[in-house]
Amino acid sequence: MLVIGADGLLGRFVVEALRAHGSVRFVAGADGADASGSPAIARLIADADPDTVVHLGLEPRPSKAGGRAAMKERNVIGTMQVLAACSRAPGLHRLVVKSSGAVYGCAPRDPALFAEDTPPHQPPTSGYGKDVAEAEGYVRGFARRRPDVAVSVLRFAPFAGPGVASPLLDYLTMPVVPTVLGYDPRLQFVHIDDAVRAMVLAAVGAHPGTYNVAADGALLLSQITRRLGRPTFPVVSFGAGFFGGLIRRAGVTDFTPDQVALVRYGRVLDTARIKARLGWEPRYTTAQALRAHAEAVGLTPVVPGWTKGY
Amino acid sequence: MGEVSPGGWEDKAARGLAFLRRRLNGEYEVDDFGFDPDLNDHVLMNVLRPLYEKYFRVGVSGIENVPAEGGALIVANHSGTVPVDALMTQVALLDHHPARRHLRMLAADLVFTLPFVGELSRKMGHTLACNPDAERLLRGGEVVAVFPEGFKGVGKPFSQRYRLQRFGRGGFVSAALRTGVPIIPVSIVGAEEIYPKIADLKPLARLMGLPYFPITPTFPLLGPLGLVPLPTKWHIAFGEPIPTSGYEPGAADDPMLVFDLTDRVRETIQDTLYRLLLQRRSVFF
Repeated sequence: MLVIGADGLLGRFVVEALRAHGSVRFVAGADGADASGSPAIARLIADADPDTVVHLGLEPRPSKAGGRAAMKERNVIGTMQVLAACSRAPGLHRLVVKSSGAVYGCAPRDPALFAEDTPPHQPPTSGYGKDVAEAEGYVRGFARRRPDVAVSVLRFAPFAGPGVASPLLDYLTMPVVPTVLGYDPRLQFVHIDDAVRAMVLAAVGAHPGTYNVAADGALLLSQITRRLGRPTFPVVSFGAGFFGGLIRRAGVTDFTPDQVALVRYGRVLDTARIKARLGWEPRYTTAQALRAHAEAVGLTPVVPGWTKGY
Repeated sequence: MGEVSPGGWEDKAARGLAFLRRRLNGEYEVDDFGFDPDLNDHVLMNVLRPLYEKYFRVGVSGIENVPAEGGALIVANHSGTVPVDALMTQVALLDHHPARRHLRMLAADLVFTLPFVGELSRKMGHTLACNPDAERLLRGGEVVAVFPEGFKGVGKPFSQRYRLQRFGRGGFVSAALRTGVPIIPVSIVGAEEIYPKIADLKPLARLMGLPYFPITPTFPLLGPLGLVPLPTKWHIAFGEPIPTSGYEPGAADDPMLVFDLTDRVRETIQDTLYRLLLQRRSVFF
């Protein structure tokens, strides 16, 4: 079993969980950055001839990948290289890909919940969402070429929980949270432990298909800021660029246009399919996942008396 | 020192404070659609209630046709230039139904693109008019309301009042068939005269991205004063439920059956409207 992108938090936890899982004989991890450009990953797959490949290499943060161009390279070209190597691995039976709910984009004209087969009203045209959509396209192509391989794609809600760092969480924990005036989006998270369990379930059993992975329940942005004890500062939006720039200047460097759309229109995933087919049940609701996160980072409410904390 | 009766001002103050504390701490629940029952029941409905009771003096009949539990699909005529009729139906069901049921409205996509309006709409339990949302709510046992005339209904000229417009493609019927919930035809009298739309400034509407730009005898002539609706007397009649559970699976994909049921619902509403209009003494009393 080979885990690509084992250097990230999810990767480390997944490798650990797979090692702890009795039925897995050998788990190898590879750096996410290896996937892009270098032939190392192709050689690794050819040498190891793994039974299962878990691809966690998709990187949502431009700063971590070394800029937007490098991020796209790593996400799209990297995925293509992994798939190319996989298509030549004769012993491969399973491919599990970590994807993201970002693939649905967010628009006011979308249904309240995204199911796996909901066509997005406005497919993402830039940033991480577009990378993910393109990577998923190549994965579907691979699944057609190699019908003998069970390909599972897991679309995750944003992570929360101990150790998780993301621009969205940085934004929500700013001392004063700027919001887009007139919008109160529904946000949903998934606890990192629940995400790891979903990854492991997909990796050790053959469950071809696409699955949404998210905690139960949604919270409104206003509700999150109140629970975290953060005052909000509604901003008249002169386009996404203005709002995004404001947040980036305030220190959340990776607050991309996707995220601006998310905190304006929100996104909730329907998780009926993964619950029915993989038997996965989240142990944390969205509210509990956020609470666990706030406790782990030791967040103190900015507005005393407004809230007990979280 | 007199004793404080339950429901006295101290009780009210305590409840008000508890509400404020909940709001400030974010300790209330919203569902996946963004419905905030705490805010809806304690604030938003209170804002609408005077309009319902004092201004339009809404009369209600047949509310027992809405089941006390489980899903049901309410189908009503739509009118009035501004969709106040939908909100009044929501108040009717919450205040006058024995089970105090929440009405989950299916609204046009325009609503959710507008700031403030879209936010409030979701908090009131409305969602986008599309089959996945409708079926999810109905399966969850909610009472869902749909106005199949859409903008053709709300924005119809005054001369067309109480004449039902085309009923779309019957998507609401297939949603009811798929979930097996009864369809309850609802006829609303009084809403069609609140803003008598005598003309439509189409170029301005296109410029603003609106489906129409209404001209009424008072708007925009009298400016903001023209936004005050006429104080008509309303009646909301909930009709006999039309069952949809007796059909075989796959009935929702049978276009003939869907068209038949759509026509039946439409005719029921239209006939009831004409009957109620005959009984009405005056538009305002």
